[in-house]
Amino acid sequence: MSIFEYNGSAVVAMVGKNCFAIASDRRLGVQLQTIATDFQKIFQIHDRLFLGLSGLGTDMQTLYQRLVFRHKLYQLREERDMKPETFASVVLAILYEKREISPVFEKVALLYPTLGNILEGYPMKETAYRRFAGPTLTLRSESAGNEWD
Amino acid sequence: MECVFGLVGNGFAVIAADTSAVHSILVHKSNEDKVMILDSHKLFGASGEPGDRVQFTEYIQKNVALYQFRNGIPLTTAATANFTRGELATALRKYKVTVSFLHAVLTTPLSCTSIENPYSVNILLAGYDKDIGPSLYFIDYIATLHKVDKAAFGYGAYFSLSMMDRHYHGGMSLEEAIDLVDKCIVEIRSRLVVAPPNFVIKIVDKDGAREYAWRETIKEAGVVAAA
Repeated sequence: MSIFEYNGSAVVAMVGKNCFAIASDRRLGVQLQTIATDFQKIFQIHDRLFLGLSGLGTDMQTLYQRLVFRHKLYQLREERDMKPETFASVVLAILYEKREISPVFEKVALLYPTLGNILEGYPMKETAYRRFAGPTLTLRSESAGNEWD
Repeated sequence: MECVFGLVGNGFAVIAADTSAVHSILVHKSNEDKVMILDSHKLFGASGEPGDRVQFTEYIQKNVALYQFRNGIPLTTAATANFTRGELATALRKYKVTVSFLHAVLTTPLSCTSIENPYSVNILLAGYDKDIGPSLYFIDYIATLHKVDKAAFGYGAYFSLSMMDRHYHGGMSLEEAIDLVDKCIVEIRSRLVVAPPNFVIKIVDKDGAREYAWRETIKEAGVVAAA
């Protein structure tokens, strides 16, 4: 079992016309044993920014806490919310700085509305990949007409 | 074969743990207390590598006390849980650099290795706050934190979790909860191959954290006085 599947998670997100949706399971497990069924994996950063984290539970929590911390400091300094593109760069920087030495075992789905119809979304899937990939791909190509990233 | 499990009842939380200190095939002692009373209203049940268990739990206990001395009020259970998780998470990824020399006289390092040194301790933190009531936190050895109603660690978890899934309901009275704990202990004793003989049960409620009972099948022999 890979380290990404240690706690188990399925996060799926999709973009539509001027909207998006993000969903996740709520199971916290240790390999095959279920610990809880109300574990949070999607977090709201601000009004228009949601963060879905799938992978190792401890990194999920650490990553979320560090990102919220960075965003709150930004809010204090700039007196406004972080633009999603900016936030994505922060996520990228935090994930990459640990790349060699101690990687963060997370895959991130970041959803936000941008100008016009084009919504940037990087849906990530974990333990339930095969189950979600099929229907999601079909729905995307039919309704949104966007490129699957 | 360490077993720690706990549950939340009506106005209280209970943690039970086995009490054997084992090294390979040898049982050093059968009355090792693994549920630490962290402060007046908190219990800290820990299972894992013995050295880490004792060192880490004492470290948390002293830091919790320090906060109370500095600020005049005790930490809440949630804050303690998050502090504990933070310490575990930091140690999980912190690199300890060891430098080795050929022998004491040489000053140029021969090799430099950096290793991770995480704590291998699983923790159940139970506490009572005046405004919130009882709560139980599950903290994995890799610093996964979650607030739960019932939880268990170790091989005994397979049995105690199943019993709790079957018999647990919200707002159990103390008698019902202790009865459920005893049911779990019976299961562990009868079904786990190298089952620990003795258990300790501790509870925390509005009157504080205290030891409730021991469930012993093997009595540890007392220390013989020198002649």
